[in-house]
Amino acid sequence: MTNTPLLQSDRARPWACAGAVILAAGLYGWALLMAEETWQVLSLLILAVVATGVAIKTGFVRRVERDWAASETRLNRLAFAVLIALILVLSGAHFALLMISTVLLYFVASLGLNIQFGFTGLVNFAGAAFFGAGAYTAAVLGTMPMIPPILILIAGGMVAMVISLPLLIPIVRTTGHYAAVVTIAFGVLFRTFLEVNEVLGGPQGLMVNSMKVFGWDFYDAPSVGGLDISFYVNYALLAAGLAALVFTLFRRLERSWIGLHMDAVRLDETAAACFGISVKRTKIQAFLLGNLILGVSGALYGMMISFIAPASFTFSDSLLLVSIVLLGGVGNPWGSAVAAVIVVLLPEKLQLLQEYRFLLFSVLVMLVLLFRPEGILSRQLRNFFPDRRSDA
Amino acid sequence: MDLGLIAQYLANGILLGTMYALVAVGFTLFFGVLDVIKFSHGDVLMLGTFIGFTAWLGLEAVGILKPWIQLLGVLLCSLAGTALIGAAIAKWLILPLKKAPQLNTLLITLMLGTAIREAVRLFYPNGSNPKAFPALLPNSSIEIGNFALRADSVILVVSGLALIGLLNLVINRTRLGLAIRAVAQDEETARTMGINYTLVVLATFAIGSGVAAFAGIMNGLYYNEINFGMGLILGLIGFSAAIIGGLGNLYGAILGGFLFAGLQVIGAALLPFASAYKDVFAFSVVIALMAWKPTGLIPERSSDRV
Repeated sequence: MTNTPLLQSDRARPWACAGAVILAAGLYGWALLMAEETWQVLSLLILAVVATGVAIKTGFVRRVERDWAASETRLNRLAFAVLIALILVLSGAHFALLMISTVLLYFVASLGLNIQFGFTGLVNFAGAAFFGAGAYTAAVLGTMPMIPPILILIAGGMVAMVISLPLLIPIVRTTGHYAAVVTIAFGVLFRTFLEVNEVLGGPQGLMVNSMKVFGWDFYDAPSVGGLDISFYVNYALLAAGLAALVFTLFRRLERSWIGLHMDAVRLDETAAACFGISVKRTKIQAFLLGNLILGVSGALYGMMISFIAPASFTFSDSLLLVSIVLLGGVGNPWGSAVAAVIVVLLPEKLQLLQEYRFLLFSVLVMLVLLFRPEGILSRQLRNFFPDRRSDA
Repeated sequence: MDLGLIAQYLANGILLGTMYALVAVGFTLFFGVLDVIKFSHGDVLMLGTFIGFTAWLGLEAVGILKPWIQLLGVLLCSLAGTALIGAAIAKWLILPLKKAPQLNTLLITLMLGTAIREAVRLFYPNGSNPKAFPALLPNSSIEIGNFALRADSVILVVSGLALIGLLNLVINRTRLGLAIRAVAQDEETARTMGINYTLVVLATFAIGSGVAAFAGIMNGLYYNEINFGMGLILGLIGFSAAIIGGLGNLYGAILGGFLFAGLQVIGAALLPFASAYKDVFAFSVVIALMAWKPTGLIPERSSDRV
């Protein structure tokens, strides 16, 4: 690595290129969310493809990557600010805000899967089940007025974690295909259980009460200075906060000893054990933490869409979550963000694709696996000293 | 519980077990030769059943109405078509990924399964609705007390078991079977002994897929209904059966298939208040079995190479 951040003090503003990319992405997101006609969406897509091609050809991508390595914290903050700005700018558009929140929550869920799959190498084919466990928890607890909403979110994660406890023994003892069957069986089991269970609404599903903070119903649209503001603003901001929190956690985890242990376990269990890493403990940590994150995002998702049914948490949905991780690039959170936008937003924007989305994404993932197994954005080397420069 | 009911459950369990064993055998064969899981197996099975159904529609249209000839035509088209599809998947999707991590093969075939399922749902005429599969077998039944033994289920079980027996003979008694076993044991040595590796792999995938298509037709004939989602659940069950039996072992797959059917039947019989929980019960036991025997009931003989 010759382009370590330590050697870059010669460049005046080592964040300019990446900053421009973030601002452009924000602008692009706004345009995409506001585009109504099919031709507008299609031309925006073509624009994105052309821009990416040009960026790769001219070496702009490498500069952006270097920028990122040099001043990661600052750029992450900028990205968050752009996201908040985007939400506020779109504060009147219900649908656009719903889309943003959905993308953010799928992004958070995919971070949970990334900890399991990307770091530790545990495939979880029951992602939608743990996501659904969170949503159902929100539905059940939402009927009790005395429970504060933040607690419901945490409870959603806790429940997802607790129901994954019985899976720990088989997950830890099995490897490879044998481990895959455990989560697949659990996903099917969970869905069937929800469908036949009368208490949880059966196949019809449940209504979820909206979020109330200090007696303020999130569905009461706030009105600031006579401006009409969509009630989704609350959820979008909350989802953005959650995404930022989980993202930070994810980055910290990656840089910590636990993250190193997880990578070691993925790369070679035997070697990791030889170096004194407890393979079991690492796997358990990754599995539980990932499911916790899935459950929290599911709880917020349930409160936001206010109606949940077993049909939303099928095996196909689990595969969609796995697709996000694979498309984006295993272990790379930014890749997952891009992939979440593609997977969630594209079918909604191109209505003619809606019916074909599972087909489209399965073929897309097959092509990625065949021709670019590392995904859209491949995982970078660990950046142990972000923002550290020789003159700092 | 009276004897008739028990016999009914037993007959049902044997039929389901035969069907599951036929699916599981495919998984175990593929794992044997290539060490991969082809998760699209169930959906290939569904596709095969739809090929058979289309063949039946064609025979009806041509005017061939004798059920036995129709059945023969359906089986021939379905088995041959599915065998070809299985070999094609092996050639263009699975062999190219041989060097990649095993998990990628699992993922790519999972996605392929979704693609096949969605393609049938979207592009087969009226594909999202269940189709009425013709009852081509005699529908008479023998009444013993309050237990009705359906002639078609007897024929299905006998032919299914015969197919498993035939497969066993092919694997253990023929030159092709010898080649398959050799490749399963050690690919490189098999190659140096002059075995055409690619051909053996393709043949194995063709055989496994054809056998699964038979299970699909069985399913269609018994329930008289097929739909685009039938492959997913049959594939899942077949996969679980192969895993709890122990991958790479023909007898393990058969054992696993019957075990899973037994679990479902026991679940349905013991939980009469909610027989809908039978799958929940069966999959819970599968998870518990995995915790107890992490490499299946009849584990493959292997050692970790570091």
